[in-house]
Amino acid sequence: MGRRLLIAVPYLWLLALFLIPFLIVLKISLSDPELAIPPYTPTLDWREGWAGFTEFLSQLDFENFVFLTEDDLYWKAYLSSLQIAALSTLLALLVGYPIAYAMARAAPEWRPTLLMLVILPFWTSFLIRVYSWIGILSTEGYLNQFLLGIGVISEPLTILNTNVAVYIGIVYTYLPFMILPIYAALEKLDDSLLEAAEDLGCSRLSAFWLVTVPLSKAGIIAGCFLVFIPALGEFVIPSLLGGSETLMIGKVLWEEFFSNRDWPVASAVAVVLLLILIVPIVLFQRNEQRQREAEG
Amino acid sequence: MADSAEARPMPHGGIFEPWNDPTASPLIRFENVTKRFGDFTAIDDLTIDIFEREFYALLGPSGCGKTTLMRMLAGFETPTEGTILLAGQDISPIPPNKRAVNMMFQSYALFPHLSVWENIAFGLKREGMAKSEIDARVDEMLRLTRLERFAKRKPHQISGGQRQRVALARSLAKAPKLLLLDEPLGALDKKLRQETQFELMDIQEKTGTTFVIVTHDQEEAMTVASRVAVMDEGRIIQVATPDAIYEDPSSVYVADFIGDVNLIEGRARPEGDALLLDWAEGERPLRCKTSKSFSAGQTCHLAIRPEKLTISAEEPAEADNRARGRILDIAYLGNISTYHVELPGGLVLKAQAANTRRIARRSFTWEDEVWLSWTETAGVALER
Repeated sequence: MGRRLLIAVPYLWLLALFLIPFLIVLKISLSDPELAIPPYTPTLDWREGWAGFTEFLSQLDFENFVFLTEDDLYWKAYLSSLQIAALSTLLALLVGYPIAYAMARAAPEWRPTLLMLVILPFWTSFLIRVYSWIGILSTEGYLNQFLLGIGVISEPLTILNTNVAVYIGIVYTYLPFMILPIYAALEKLDDSLLEAAEDLGCSRLSAFWLVTVPLSKAGIIAGCFLVFIPALGEFVIPSLLGGSETLMIGKVLWEEFFSNRDWPVASAVAVVLLLILIVPIVLFQRNEQRQREAEG
Repeated sequence: MADSAEARPMPHGGIFEPWNDPTASPLIRFENVTKRFGDFTAIDDLTIDIFEREFYALLGPSGCGKTTLMRMLAGFETPTEGTILLAGQDISPIPPNKRAVNMMFQSYALFPHLSVWENIAFGLKREGMAKSEIDARVDEMLRLTRLERFAKRKPHQISGGQRQRVALARSLAKAPKLLLLDEPLGALDKKLRQETQFELMDIQEKTGTTFVIVTHDQEEAMTVASRVAVMDEGRIIQVATPDAIYEDPSSVYVADFIGDVNLIEGRARPEGDALLLDWAEGERPLRCKTSKSFSAGQTCHLAIRPEKLTISAEEPAEADNRARGRILDIAYLGNISTYHVELPGGLVLKAQAANTRRIARRSFTWEDEVWLSWTETAGVALER
């Protein structure tokens, strides 16, 4: 009995905070927009009993989903989001792996400090950190002042309000999620494996490719998913740092909800986004599972 | 224990002892090698020769420098001073991946993401060997170590003993001139360890590779090695064949480190080719044959192995040395029993006797008054 209760807690949590909200959004996505409060129809009226419920059901349709396929804005936004998230993930990996590697190779007494430094940005509000990038990247920003000052460029670079700024923002924000799992994998790596590889004829570099990289694969995969999944639905970074060319589904979603006040279409966009996200989330879980099994 | 390596056959017949052959040139030569880590001296001005086809054991307590010595041979450490020659060539500038030396790691260091087959093939692939040759060589190694059935398994899917054999096969696959084994059997239980010791010797003889083994287990060193080097605090104390190390230790440290020993301290009184040891007030001096010269009154330690003491109820009529005592303790080990006999002065000697009779008919028990006796050649007189 006690055990069932214990298992019931996370399920109830999921039911209340994920499944019920999802069903509400799903229901709205099947409704029609209306100038009313709430701004959609039909609404379920319990007073009319069973007849009211069937009447309510008959008014739901997939119209909004069909609309998403008709207007090319939406699938372009989905594709562009996938592309931005994928490229950001790759960049975060290229930046994060060397950092994680250096941390794992550092003297043991330094590692807690370095770990702290990676986590430290979380102590400041995410929004403030993204805003501060505006100050760095704008035409009169610190970066341009610095580059002009040392004479690398003669004209200020336009970085803010372009996709480049979005990439910088995403990589910066989600870098710790890339570093931490890779660091965890590399820290467990037994040094004698690298010595064995060298002993068997590997150069330092080939020992890295043949031993270090394969043995940190689980960390790399985990880090990539942890960056890719939130980056795909990202809204704050593209809206603050991106420009008119930046097309991301998170931004489209926000505009449908708050500028257009078309809740049903916005909900349909959200449902599709969730369906797209389920694929990497399931793959991520499988990776975690497989790693647990391998560690026995 | 000490009979394993003395009659190792040479390809041409005869006894294998190149260290006694002045014309033989060693495969490895350490010349005045010193290794320091900061203030700590791990290896202190060490000079040794290791010959081809030898099974050379480095034996010593942990922290004595034996692992550092081995890591210098593998190339993971460079000597602070001195040179290491491999087949006459100074190997200090050669990185580990270019040396004709392979190492079997204490933790085995098997690649967890590769199968047994791929682990063994790892070094061969780095050499750029043709695929068919790699296949043949790996199969040969699998046969040698009796691992054919496990070729496709990953290291975590096989037992500790099998992992040990994979590590051995992997380090032998490249047919190195020299194989280094760092506590290779440390992770195995006793029975498996003993079996594996004989397997190791067998494989060493089949492949003709020179083996250098690091161990802190003296029984293991004695079993497998052609010569044993006893180390302490970065220095070599004695290098000799297992039987010489056991029967003729050069110092009290070696005598005490290898096996069980009784040490009796006294003052020497030379008498011809023997010496008399005055060891206690009012006791008959002990007689010991020795080739070493002692001056009269010099401090001397007599080292006698417990199995060389005879224990009897009656005073033996003819014995070079005898002492009366009382049985304090009996350690029953099945095949033998060790009797702890306290002499009048308080000194406790250990005497071993084979249990040729069933225990119910044993002649001695606790608190019995007994006589210990031994011949003048049983013990070794040591200066220090």
